[in-house]
Amino acid sequence: MSVTTVLVLAAGTYLLRLAGPLLRGRIEVSERARQLLATAATTLLTALLFTAALTEAGGFAGWARPAGVAVGAVLAWRRAPFVVVVIAAALTAAGLRLLGIP
Amino acid sequence: MSSIWRTIDRPLLRDVGALAAAIAVVGASFGAMAVAAGLSMWTALFMSLVVFAGGAQFMVVGVLAAGGGPVAAVVAGLLLNLRHLPFGLALGDTMGRGLLAKLVGSHVLIDESVAFALAQRDPERARAAYWVSGVAAFLAWNPAVVLGALAGEALGDTAVYGVDAAFPAALVALVLPALRVAATRRAALIGALVAVAATPVLPAGMPVLLALIGVVFALPLPRWARQGGNAAAADRLGSPTDGPVPDLSTGAGAAPAPPGPVAHPDGFGEPAAATEHPRTATEHSRTATERRADTEEETPCP
Repeated sequence: MSVTTVLVLAAGTYLLRLAGPLLRGRIEVSERARQLLATAATTLLTALLFTAALTEAGGFAGWARPAGVAVGAVLAWRRAPFVVVVIAAALTAAGLRLLGIP
Repeated sequence: MSSIWRTIDRPLLRDVGALAAAIAVVGASFGAMAVAAGLSMWTALFMSLVVFAGGAQFMVVGVLAAGGGPVAAVVAGLLLNLRHLPFGLALGDTMGRGLLAKLVGSHVLIDESVAFALAQRDPERARAAYWVSGVAAFLAWNPAVVLGALAGEALGDTAVYGVDAAFPAALVALVLPALRVAATRRAALIGALVAVAATPVLPAGMPVLLALIGVVFALPLPRWARQGGNAAAADRLGSPTDGPVPDLSTGAGAAPAPPGPVAHPDGFGEPAAATEHPRTATEHSRTATERRADTEEETPCP
């Protein structure tokens, strides 16, 4: 991989990251718009977690991962500590794979 | 910066630590994979330092290893990173008001730092959470890439450790507080359904962006959302039962939704509520822009 490829990817990624904060600093954003942007961000993160939990390379990811995420989700819903949520999800997926479930 | 250190507390550090550990494992596997794909350790490290976006890094190396050209690889990586733009818009001044804070802070804008910041109510705490999680992720990711590259493929498939389940679970924990608001939950879950349904047919990165369609379903809300009791009333305005979602839910990837409270497929709306509001029938026949204009007039309502 050439240095140019890396640099173009880095520059593009950085500009995408910087554009948001800079634009927000220049324009007056109403409270209502601010709420909508927060909802948009939550929507993106939720979509990200669902696609990451269920899919792999455009197909179904197998049962172990969604099962692990579901265990983590239940724990999070019951207000378990963040660390417990993350570790329980990983252990569940790892355990199911040990048992032969992909 | 000093105010950040006064604002962070042990629970936040512990949470960030847990995430940083998971990030390190993935970073190590990136290093190992990059070397296996023919990159030098230095190229892998350089890429990790200047790009610092795990998903895009895996994708670019994967596309190149599969014989795709550099242009295709970069386009695919940038497509995946397009979501950073709306993330940055939502964050606004969270990184800090100054230009320097934004110039530096933007480099550690990743899914996890955004989620950590959005999970805080207090702006001061949000800023602390953003910086601490972003910097911790950076410090965990890059050394791990070197270790992974050095260890070659010793680590093997990280799926064995279940790390692939850790990240979605962490995001669940982080977005859950925001999802307790009915309209946000509706927007997020409709968006997620759209994204999962679109995943088999669209290139990576696009399905998640398509999820922004869900935000339309939160439009009648903003003012009311801050007054808990009225959120339920706002919820009825945009009941998803007659929207485009049920058709999409039959799409290929949507079937095995995990049974968690967030993930439950019917958790996003109260179907019976559709008839309770006289305007619901016409609400969905309008376009998003009309409805947006509508919201302008409606806000003083409650």
